[in-house]
Amino acid sequence: MSMTELRLLQHINEDGLASIDGYERFGGYQALRKALDMNADEVLSQLEESGLRGRGGAGFSMGKKASFIPKGTMDKYLCCNADESEPGTFKDRLLMQKNPHLLIEGIMIAAYAGDINRAFIYIRGEYELQAQILAQAIEEAKERGYIGERVLGSDLSCSLVLHRGAGAYICGEETGLLDSLEGKRGNPRLKPPFPANQGLYQGPTLINNVETLCNVPAIVSNGVDWFKSVGTEKSTGTKVVSVSGSVQRPGNYEIELGIPARDIVYGLAGGPPEGVEIKCWFPGGSSAPVLMPEDLDLSYDFETMAEAGSMLGSGAIIVVGDDIPIVDLALRLAEFYRHESCGKCTPCREGTNWTVKMLERIDHGEATPMDLEIMAQIQENIMGNCLCVLGDSMAMPIGSMIKKLRPEFEEHMERARLAREDPNKEIVLGAPDLASSGSSGLEAIS
Amino acid sequence: MTEFEERHQPPPDTEGTGEEGASHPDRFGSDEPQGDTGTTAAAATTELGAPPPIDHAPPGRPPREDLPPNITETGTATGWDEAADLSKDPAVIPDPAEVDVPDELRRAIESAMAQYPDRRSASIPALHAAQAVHGWCSPLALRQVAAVMQVTPAFLSSVASFYDQLNENPVGRNSVYVCTSVACVMARAKRVYEAIAKAGEDLEDTQIREFECLGACDMAPMASVNGRYIGPLEESDAEEIVDAIASGRPVLPGRGLGDPDYRLPWGGRA
Repeated sequence: MSMTELRLLQHINEDGLASIDGYERFGGYQALRKALDMNADEVLSQLEESGLRGRGGAGFSMGKKASFIPKGTMDKYLCCNADESEPGTFKDRLLMQKNPHLLIEGIMIAAYAGDINRAFIYIRGEYELQAQILAQAIEEAKERGYIGERVLGSDLSCSLVLHRGAGAYICGEETGLLDSLEGKRGNPRLKPPFPANQGLYQGPTLINNVETLCNVPAIVSNGVDWFKSVGTEKSTGTKVVSVSGSVQRPGNYEIELGIPARDIVYGLAGGPPEGVEIKCWFPGGSSAPVLMPEDLDLSYDFETMAEAGSMLGSGAIIVVGDDIPIVDLALRLAEFYRHESCGKCTPCREGTNWTVKMLERIDHGEATPMDLEIMAQIQENIMGNCLCVLGDSMAMPIGSMIKKLRPEFEEHMERARLAREDPNKEIVLGAPDLASSGSSGLEAIS
Repeated sequence: MTEFEERHQPPPDTEGTGEEGASHPDRFGSDEPQGDTGTTAAAATTELGAPPPIDHAPPGRPPREDLPPNITETGTATGWDEAADLSKDPAVIPDPAEVDVPDELRRAIESAMAQYPDRRSASIPALHAAQAVHGWCSPLALRQVAAVMQVTPAFLSSVASFYDQLNENPVGRNSVYVCTSVACVMARAKRVYEAIAKAGEDLEDTQIREFECLGACDMAPMASVNGRYIGPLEESDAEEIVDAIASGRPVLPGRGLGDPDYRLPWGGRA
């Protein structure tokens, strides 16, 4: 995709885009005006027909989700999920920091389509700069009458409140976010009832990711056909991907859904540094099962990634080079999920803890080959057995690593065992350069 | 005796002391007479209705010498094996007339509460504000917030203990969060963290800790110093970071996200 076809990131580096004057200079808030001239149902059906899928991780149709909001005169809520905490993901950070009004415009159009009167942006507490920029943008938009009572003389009346979190990965889970927004600990809720029926303050609630809402204004401005003109049949439009890890040019890139993953990893991000080969890669954040180098030729869209046994998730590609010991990476990943598990469901709370302990056993040379089986079994016992998918988010990548890179686990185990028996003995197993960095702890990647 | 204790007194012994062991269902709800009533009856005769007295202190945390050195205790919550103290008063909502709250803090909390349909939604913004005033979510800070919000301090404690950025211990007003999540750790973030932690050992009023993904993997390895993202970092930056915090200077000017002309090492914009 050439530079001229960028949509979300088209003007992203223009000076002053974050201010309302700058945004309006590039046609900002025209989509909101256009939407308010239309019937709300028309806007909703446009969103549905566009095929826009949620960009936060689950990939559910945005228009369909909005259509689940019941009709009626009760308070209805929209929560923009800006709690971007999935390791590897930093696309929403860029959008909010450089183009906050695009998000605000998207929120107001979505509010109009869903007949919503109270909107919230739940931004993670660590995003201090972005929260300041958004707060400023909201004030500007209020002054110009884009937020509040009878927006631009229309029927739309919607407030917008910026709510800052305080550092909890689980608050990115939609029902955890709702509890956190209600002022409680961010524990996920049992579903059903789904948030569309009983969400925030038990009212109908639409929850969307930042990038999803940022796509809304252009759909209204340019129409459904324009939006669907790029992407695949079921994964329409463009996607901002965050590429990180063992690549030469980490960063955010806007791509057309359906291009080969190789074009992203090697083409845009420059591939791994010299002398490093790709060992495996996460196609959609750290929660996605890993894929192998040969999978790089797959088309990068929701369906193909799912067929390959992984997921597009949040669109965060983390590339793991062959200089990274996989056991150390798996341990770090499991520690993350152990730390972030809210502790409500037993399989997740215990499963994440035991996975860490078993990986430590491997790393300390105390494991036996049976431990890999047990660990794989723990992952299976977590999946699908909890209220939310945090446990699954550890079980999927760790399970896929054990399955696809089993020889390396076995070798790490054997090397660590020999080192434990006789610390002075030189160990030759003919593997990556683990020997030079020792086999205990995170030394190799620390 | 407090009101709470009075309400929770065991029923008085009115029926004499003949056959309690058999007539009284055991603690687990079984109506079967106890097989060997010797100890049960002896215990029950001491005070009907109360569980048998425990003649030793609660076990507390077991000694960990028995564990292999690699088994860490970081995942274990403390206090799970300590009995609840039923003699304590239940938490009450503080009387606003009895709690002195700094005007600025009160205004911040009240304006936060006004933004939501339910005042309790303001708990996180209110605790952020209180932490800014007190440096941490101290018992006094919780009491002040509770008095303004009209919730129990226990509710606020439940919130403060859940979130990484709210501290129930006096960790220091300055924060240095070094990201050691997946992408950063592949870029040797552990070493950066260790270097900063070592350089900042004597730094006062500053919390230096590892943090989970801060959402800046393009800047890896990076850190957040008082909310400002800096990176990519080298171990050799540690001294400068610590010195700048100690003297109140800006930390690594030009290398922070949002700084004018900030560029990633390969030339890209973040």
